[in-house]
Amino acid sequence: MRIGLIISISKALLMARWKQTLVAAVGVTFSITMFITLLSFMTGLNNLLDGLILNRTPHVHIYEEMHPSEKQPINYSADGQGHNFISSIKPKNELLDIRNSTAIMKSLKDDSRVLGVSPKVNVQVFYNVGAVDLNGVLNGIDAVEENRLFSFSEYVVEGNYQDLKNVPNSIILGKGAAEQILANVGDNIQITTSKGQRVQLKVVGYFQSGLQDIDKVQSYVSMATAQKLLGESNSYMTDIQVKLLDINEAPEVAKEYRQIYDVEAVDIQTANAQFETGTAIRTLISYAVGITLLIVSGFGIYNILNMMIYEKMDTIAILKATGFSGKDVKRVFIMIALTIGIFGGLFGLFFGFLISSGIDQIPFKTDALPTIKTYPINYDPRYYLIGGIFSVITTYYAGYFPSRKASKVDPVVIIRGK
Amino acid sequence: MSSIVLQAKEISKFFHDPFDIQVLKKISFVIERGEFTSIIGKSGCGKSTLLYILSTMDTDYEGDLLIDGQVMRGKKESELARVRNGKIGFVFQFHYLLNEFSVLKNVMLPGLKLNQLSSAEVEHNAYEKLKILGIQDEALKMPNQLSGGQKQRVAIARALINSPLIVMGDEPTGNLDKKNTEIVFEIFKELAEEFGQSLLIVTHDNEFAERTHRIIEMEDGMIIRS
Repeated sequence: MRIGLIISISKALLMARWKQTLVAAVGVTFSITMFITLLSFMTGLNNLLDGLILNRTPHVHIYEEMHPSEKQPINYSADGQGHNFISSIKPKNELLDIRNSTAIMKSLKDDSRVLGVSPKVNVQVFYNVGAVDLNGVLNGIDAVEENRLFSFSEYVVEGNYQDLKNVPNSIILGKGAAEQILANVGDNIQITTSKGQRVQLKVVGYFQSGLQDIDKVQSYVSMATAQKLLGESNSYMTDIQVKLLDINEAPEVAKEYRQIYDVEAVDIQTANAQFETGTAIRTLISYAVGITLLIVSGFGIYNILNMMIYEKMDTIAILKATGFSGKDVKRVFIMIALTIGIFGGLFGLFFGFLISSGIDQIPFKTDALPTIKTYPINYDPRYYLIGGIFSVITTYYAGYFPSRKASKVDPVVIIRGK
Repeated sequence: MSSIVLQAKEISKFFHDPFDIQVLKKISFVIERGEFTSIIGKSGCGKSTLLYILSTMDTDYEGDLLIDGQVMRGKKESELARVRNGKIGFVFQFHYLLNEFSVLKNVMLPGLKLNQLSSAEVEHNAYEKLKILGIQDEALKMPNQLSGGQKQRVAIARALINSPLIVMGDEPTGNLDKKNTEIVFEIFKELAEEFGQSLLIVTHDNEFAERTHRIIEMEDGMIIRS
């Protein structure tokens, strides 16, 4: 059976009722357009919100935590077997240093699953503003590595993040903190470390994460500055942030590091479970709406094809009388449905792209999101693929049932009925 | 190759709705190559019913039907469609041309479906058939631009496109006036006598039937003259 013949018959039938065809195709176009727009916008927004936290969170966070002594003295006593609740030995006062950090860093860098490693030193300080002391946390970072792995520069809203490395005793202040201290870029500010040491730091930039609580407290200095503030050696670090090539491996890797290095290691999934859930549900809703639209347009196609079959009973009968089998007739009507689906779908993808790029142009400014200028749109080709495939599948099934009916038309009944 | 084109062996047919009636009662006959046969009979005698069984479109019957020596019973729907496509040409009372296609394409469709010749060859054949029927000038028109007689001639051309073993007609002149009936009859006669085409025409026009080679007359589901 020549496919060309089926196509030419389908085309003739389509053109004979081109207005109906157009309405059906517009239905598909509309639903695909909305599907694409909705998903692009929704996931764009999702990615933005997740990015706020997830991009800045290490996939595996290695740190040291203060523990109370696991074995209390009573446990060593022969009488102490069974239950006892006496815990008199409190944690020792020691810094949260990751022991043997240089060796750990080196072996992490050699791990093939690891994209990059960025060390961090946490320092508790007070910002001195006249007579008032404000709570603060300084993060001593390797500015270059931090930028490569966690897009640090995107959150530095004023000044250059590299000054952190180039200017000695420099600080990038949290925007909230800067406003409270009334410090401008280029000013010197004074801080007090938890050990009571007073230090002057030069402000080289502002940092804004979009999360106000963080911006009020957190500031960045270089690793060396932080170590100096604490009076520690240059191998001292409190946190190691690991970014993996594949985020899904994080729980596995974290567990492994916990065992090998005898440290605390938390994976991103555990640390930020709520974001995953939110994202999944928002995506689910978008899909549900998009697919509902498609199914509705599928019913439209179904109706129109059904009507066409009633109108074209004679044609079907005569095709069968002259030697076209039921299968051929079925193919003709499925071809009609698919044509509507494919063309409607293609236009839908195109318009979906147009509308989402339109939304992409709409200004969207908020203090919470310093890097965002317009509404976020996700141009992931996956959604176009899903939209395209789904339009073909829906129209196929919308065409399948009417075409089966057409294939069962009995030519004798139609021809003799006249 | 046998000269028997079509053989009906004790074909019976019942209608079950609204109550059981036997419309055909053990009909048996043979049609040979080149025969121009007509079936006549009063309205309701079962002649059209018989024709639709012979055309393989109606499969709900008892007895056996052989076309070109092959038993039609038990064949699948798609196989029967192939038989209709290649071996049977059908002309109806109403022309049943497809208004979506040009005259030429209408004639070509069964040929394209048969898929034995290239579409250029099918087109050439279609022109030949239209020429035999004297309407080659109308080839590129749409069917609704033709007169009733012309349409029926196009339908005949369509029936001939695959050089069928037998052309069947269900009152092909029933809707035509005297003059066009005459033209169509002459065409059938020419086909039978010059091209050796077997024809089986159901008609209630006795005058038309008298001039065919053979008359099968039916009454109450039985052949009373053959």
